[in-house]
Amino acid sequence: MIYYSKTHEYVRVEGDKGYIGISDYAQKQLGNVVYVDMPDLGDELEKGEDFGAIESVKAASDLIAPVSGEVVEINEALSENPRLVNADPMANWIVAVAMSDPAETDDLMDQEAYDAYCAENH
Amino acid sequence: MNDLKLTCLHDLHLALGAKMSPFAGYDMPIEYALGIIGEHNAVRNACGVFDVSHMGEIGITGEDAEFFVNRVFSNDVTNAPTGQCFYGMMLREDGGVVDDLLVYKRGHNDFLFVVNASNIEKDEQWILRQAEGYRLCLEFLSEKVGEVAVQGPEAEKVVEEVIEIPCRELEFYTFKELSHDGDTVIISRTGYTGEDGFEIYGPHDYIRTVWERLMDSGRCQPCGLGCRDTLRFEVGLPLYGNELADDVTPLEAGLGMFVKLDKPDLVGGEALRRQKEEGPRRKVVGLEIQDRAIARHGCDVLSPEGEVIGKVTTGYRGISTDRSICMALIDARYAKTGTEVKVQVRKKTFPAVIVPKKFFKKSYKK
Repeated sequence: MIYYSKTHEYVRVEGDKGYIGISDYAQKQLGNVVYVDMPDLGDELEKGEDFGAIESVKAASDLIAPVSGEVVEINEALSENPRLVNADPMANWIVAVAMSDPAETDDLMDQEAYDAYCAENH
Repeated sequence: MNDLKLTCLHDLHLALGAKMSPFAGYDMPIEYALGIIGEHNAVRNACGVFDVSHMGEIGITGEDAEFFVNRVFSNDVTNAPTGQCFYGMMLREDGGVVDDLLVYKRGHNDFLFVVNASNIEKDEQWILRQAEGYRLCLEFLSEKVGEVAVQGPEAEKVVEEVIEIPCRELEFYTFKELSHDGDTVIISRTGYTGEDGFEIYGPHDYIRTVWERLMDSGRCQPCGLGCRDTLRFEVGLPLYGNELADDVTPLEAGLGMFVKLDKPDLVGGEALRRQKEEGPRRKVVGLEIQDRAIARHGCDVLSPEGEVIGKVTTGYRGISTDRSICMALIDARYAKTGTEVKVQVRKKTFPAVIVPKKFFKKSYKK
């Protein structure tokens, strides 16, 4: 199941693991991604707080955690090739966390609600 | 949003699907479908066109024009022929930069100032104040004049063949005037990309025709302000509001060669002669970060001991050079090439080293 936040991060939930990345809408808005500033393994993410940044040529945007949890995986491929985020943002998640509270997805949007949210904001 | 001004090409940008953003009070194209990197490379390798109609134009004529221009403008316009362009600054009494600009010498006592869009009002007020007591005719032309910049190694061919303006004889930093349906058109061999190229000024309908012909030709990539900034940055050209400001002097910015301190009447000259003698306490330098992290405008620069010694003025992941580079205004004691410093990016600090701020070599046709 995939959930989205209003700040355009997604979390794909697999068991108690959450894979966090940015949406296709967000990568289009950003344009060419040139750097992803990622947290370290073991860092604690807190829902609603920034945990890094994603940078297009032009500017840096904060990454806001859609759920809380400890970082258990980092998508290392992005440090060498940040443009993977443009190529396929859903496959190229940024970090995976061990979600500390599964109920935190309750106030996130599902695909349909998120698509409507993007259409409205455009 | 409703108060944003539109250039004479605005609807054509929308039709091309440009990503638009407010800049200096105008709704301007930041990038087109190709994106900043593709547009940047088009200018380095072939030809791109920018809508720069937001730039400000001020005509200065009258009996005292040459004396006045030489007084308020840092470069020396006196011993040059008609058709010469000059880069330089208008200076405050304390040596800070009011604006950096191009001056076109159209004749004896006949000059055109081309100023930054973000400073049009400030510059007009400044010039009006300085003009008191001089016999001058000032014309504030910004709303009437459109401008495009055609830039890149193929610009000369494209201008000659598509716009049909002979331009191969124009030397770097010279211009000529043409008549178009009774209006004046100016073309100069100038630009803000580090590549060969031309800037064309004219009435709105003429500039629209030029743009449309360039688009129809398929030989010229439309380019937004996004790559205009990456292009100028890579060759170490300053941007007002970043490397230049009211409280930064040209000597600190490394632009002393455009300030003729021997001109006795130059506004700001006294302060800069003093600063030159003492040596500027801050300098704009190039920095290379030993990481992929990118330091942006406003990031702190730190000494090896962690003390704040300045701020980043512009920073990018280089496009022509795949390195994290920036320009920064720092304590002059750390400005020597090779000096090791640190840069704060969000919560982390990264080692960085002072490098020459020309990150990429200019290819002007001289």
